[in-house]
Amino acid sequence: MLFGLSWDTDHGELAFAISILPILLRGLLVTLEASIAGFAVALVLGLIFAILKSARSRWISWPAIAIAEFCRDTPLLVQLFFLYYVLADIGIILPAFLTGALALGVQYSAYMAEVYRAGIEAVPKGQREAAHALDLTNARTFTHVILPQAVPRVVPALGNYLVSIMKDVPVLSVVTVLEMLNVAKIIGDQTFDYIVPLSMVGGLYLLLTLVASTIVRLIDVSLPKTGLPLR
Amino acid sequence: MSWVDYLKPLSQGAWVTVQLAVFSTLLGGVLSFAAGIGKISSNWAIRSVAIVYIEVFRGTSLLVQLFWLYFALPIAGAAIGLDLRLPPVEAGVAALGLNIGAYGAEVVRGAIQAVRPAQHEAAAALNFTRRQALWRVILPQAIPEMMPSFGNLAVQNLKDTALASLISLGDLSFRAEQIRNYTQDSTTVYTIILFMYFGMALVLTALMRLLERTVTRWQRAGS
Repeated sequence: MLFGLSWDTDHGELAFAISILPILLRGLLVTLEASIAGFAVALVLGLIFAILKSARSRWISWPAIAIAEFCRDTPLLVQLFFLYYVLADIGIILPAFLTGALALGVQYSAYMAEVYRAGIEAVPKGQREAAHALDLTNARTFTHVILPQAVPRVVPALGNYLVSIMKDVPVLSVVTVLEMLNVAKIIGDQTFDYIVPLSMVGGLYLLLTLVASTIVRLIDVSLPKTGLPLR
Repeated sequence: MSWVDYLKPLSQGAWVTVQLAVFSTLLGGVLSFAAGIGKISSNWAIRSVAIVYIEVFRGTSLLVQLFWLYFALPIAGAAIGLDLRLPPVEAGVAALGLNIGAYGAEVVRGAIQAVRPAQHEAAAALNFTRRQALWRVILPQAIPEMMPSFGNLAVQNLKDTALASLISLGDLSFRAEQIRNYTQDSTTVYTIILFMYFGMALVLTALMRLLERTVTRWQRAGS
C-alpha cells in the first residue's frame, strides 16, 4: 500500500505490473517536479556563477571559479547529505524535497554557468560595439542585445542538462523523497519482487528521456536562429 | 573522537573508491570503443546491439541500473536456473562501467566520424583493408579528439562511484555515513569527504591531461 493504492500479487506478473503502474506514475510525477525544481535552481545559480566568473576583478572571479569547480567535481550524493544534515544542524529545516532540489541545483549550476558563458561569448563582438555606439547602458546591452541572441544558442544544451537532472533525481531517494525509484524499491521490499517494479522504472525512464529529448529538439528547431524577437 | 580519528576509516573508504573508479573506468573504456565502433559497423546485427546498449544505458538512471543489477538480476537468474547474485563490488563496477561506457561510445563514434572523409578515401586508395584503415589511419587521428570528453567522463564516473554506497559497498561515502551515524558529527565528516572527492577529481583530471599528452605525441612530432 502506497499513496493509498494497493497492489495485486495474487494473479500473476501481468496483473501485478498493471496494479503497480498507477503507483509508479505517482512517483514519476514527483520525479518530474523534482527535476523542474532542481532545473530552476540551477538556471538561476548558474547565471550568477557565469556573471561572477566573468567579473573584471580577480577578487570576485577567482573564488567564483574555484567554488564552481568544487560544485562540479564532488558527488551529488555527498552534496545532498551535506545539505540535508548540515542545514539541519545550523537550524535551517527544509523539507527533503526542497533540500533535494537545492542539491540538484548546486550540482548543475556549475555546468549551466559554462553553457551561459559559451552562449554569451558566441554573440558577435560587433553587437556589443554597436550597442555601445548607440549609447545603451551596460545593463540594457546585456538584457536587450546580448541575452536575446544568446538564449536560442544555449537552449539545446540547457535542455540536455534537464534530461540529465531527471536521471539524477533517484539519488534523492536517500533523503526519503518518494520519487519513482524509491517507490519501486518500497514495492520490491514488500512483495519480494524486484524485477517487475525495477524493470518498469527502467522502461518508464527510457520513455521519459525519449519524450524529453524530442521536446528539446522541437523547441530548438522552432527558435529563431538570429535571436529572440523583442515584444 | 576528533576529526583526525575519522581519517583512518575514511582513507580506507577512499581506497575502495579509487579501486572502484579505476576498474569501472577501464571497463567503460573498453565498452566505449566496442559500442562506438559497433554503432558504425556495416553489420546490422552488431549495429543494433550497440544502439540498444547505448540507448538503454544512456536513457535510464544510473541508480536504476545499479539497483537492477543488484536486486533484480539475482531473481531473474534464479528464474532461469542461473546464480547471478553479484557481490556489491562486482555489481558496482559493472553498473558504473556499463553506464559510462554508453556515454563514451557516443564520444568514440563522434570522433571517428569527425575524421575527414579524404582520410578514408586515401586509406582505401592505398589498398588498406577496413580494419587496417581503422587501426592505423582513423583511430590515431580520432583518439586525440576524444580525450577532453573522456576526461570529463572519468570525473563523472568518479563522482558516480558514491552511488555504490547505496548497495552497501564500503566506499568513501559509505564510511562517512557510518561515522555520521556513530558520532552525529555530520558537518565535519561531510566537509572532509567533499574535499577528499575534490582532491581525487583534481588528481584524475591531471592524469587524464597526461594521457592526452601521450596520445597526441605524434601530432607534435609531425609538425
